[in-house]
Amino acid sequence: MTLTDENVPRERPTEIRAVPVRHYGRWVAAALILYIAIWAVYSVANNERFGWDTINAWFWDGAILDGIVTTLELTVIAMLMGVVGGVLLAVMRLSPNPLISGVAWLYVWVFRGTPVLVQIILWFYVKALIPTFSLGIPFGPTFVHFNANDLITAFVAGCLGLGLNEAAYMSEIVRAGILSVDPGQSEAATALGMSRAKIMRRVVLPQAMRVIIPPTGNETISMLKTSSLVSVIALSDLLYSVQIVYNRTYQTIPMLLVASIWYLVMTSILTVGQFYLERYFGRGTAQRQTMLERFVANLRVRSGRRP
Amino acid sequence: MALSKPSPEAGAGAEPPEFMVRAENVHKSFGRLEVLKGIDLEVRPGEVMVVVGPSGSGKSTFLRCINHLEKINGGRLWVNGHLVGYRQKGDRLHEMRDREVAAQRRDIGMVFQRFNLFPHMTALGNVMEAPVQVKGLPRAQVRKQAVQLLERVGLADKTDSYPSQLSGGQQQRVAIARALAMEPALMLFDEPTSALDPELVGEVLEVMKQLAVDGMTMIVVTHEIGFAREVGDSLVFMDGGVVVEKGRPRDIIDNPQHPRTQDFLSKVL
Repeated sequence: MTLTDENVPRERPTEIRAVPVRHYGRWVAAALILYIAIWAVYSVANNERFGWDTINAWFWDGAILDGIVTTLELTVIAMLMGVVGGVLLAVMRLSPNPLISGVAWLYVWVFRGTPVLVQIILWFYVKALIPTFSLGIPFGPTFVHFNANDLITAFVAGCLGLGLNEAAYMSEIVRAGILSVDPGQSEAATALGMSRAKIMRRVVLPQAMRVIIPPTGNETISMLKTSSLVSVIALSDLLYSVQIVYNRTYQTIPMLLVASIWYLVMTSILTVGQFYLERYFGRGTAQRQTMLERFVANLRVRSGRRP
Repeated sequence: MALSKPSPEAGAGAEPPEFMVRAENVHKSFGRLEVLKGIDLEVRPGEVMVVVGPSGSGKSTFLRCINHLEKINGGRLWVNGHLVGYRQKGDRLHEMRDREVAAQRRDIGMVFQRFNLFPHMTALGNVMEAPVQVKGLPRAQVRKQAVQLLERVGLADKTDSYPSQLSGGQQQRVAIARALAMEPALMLFDEPTSALDPELVGEVLEVMKQLAVDGMTMIVVTHEIGFAREVGDSLVFMDGGVVVEKGRPRDIIDNPQHPRTQDFLSKVL
């Protein structure tokens, strides 16, 4: 056995500054892709049949902007219904009471098992099935009457169709999130004397969020576009607004491009929001960097400075 | 529910607080697998009882029965003079409501092998959680107490760290502080050092030793025979769901009577 003399500090060697491996293949691929991309943009931009003038003329039109507002309203309301309903259904599904968990299962079975388009149309025509709504005790006295025609407008039908369907999907996402949390967490909280509801709210759900957020962001982005289905009940969201215009002007492609660009802008904003949400709920575990932060850190390493 | 042997004095439902924990013929099965086959034990206030035994001997299960994380199938179990999880009316037992069981658990602190700290809260947040959420005490007061507790386990400088930023030994000490925050009358330790790197075991045992010196009643399931000898007031050797041997730690460790105890100790010492 040899002992090193720890009391004599060894001279610090000069830092290794090796020549990094050159990835020539990557440079060639990058150049090729850049070339093709520039060509694609150039040829699309110079193709008059895309109708860039029309796109430009309609892009900021009031009717289109109103459609965007409707689309955003629908998305926000439907997702709120989806998330709240989804959490409720997931907690019900995991309840020890078989009746409660059965009801949640039945809900998911029905609302996930039928096309959302059909559900929207059915909500819109619910007035044909049930002409009046009454608020009261079943088989007992009623307090208020509503006319279904006044209550279920196209907008309400759209929200109901999209939101109730979304709740079914969200409940499965939330359930997966809850089940992903280590059972030791509930056990520790139980041992501290916390109630079932408190454990769910304070310990399990905050940790489940890390698993729930990414697919929920996915669902939100998906909802933004799925909401265009409400055009079948003549609700003037973004897509229906451009449809009205091209039915009149026959500029079908340019108007659809107007809608597509707007959808792309909105989903891009949502993607950024999702990143920060994920970072917030991932606290205590991994710290994620934005693409910009990563880029800056990379540059620092390359230029020889410590990150 | 059928209980194997109702005891005569259990009719009152309360015991004189001579014992902090009293187990009488406790049985526990998971399905057809019988894990506890009749445990009789007493723990006096201020006593440190160390439970050793091979894995699968039912030590952890017994510990979990004490704060009703597991329901016992037979026998009786009292903590601080109260039946755990049940109320006796005449000769029948009635299950307690979740809320009542939760109230019972507040007097019993538990420390787990895998720490089970809440990863989304800081060390301070972990310690403050139960007093604020369960007891409903004002945050400012709880914060002061929690800082003191973290000082007591030697982590005054780690209040704002998340569990992932702490070593295993530090996490387990936070977990001990978290359990102490509820001011329990009894502390249960379920193999508190088994998941730790060898050089981190000492710091956790030191905290537990200090706790014992301060007079806390403790039941410690562990493989640390040195700790049992030094800190334990009594030692229990369990195997196959029964208590094989119990007595003063020194006597059992130096002079085990039962062949199974001899066999086990020869392997761990």
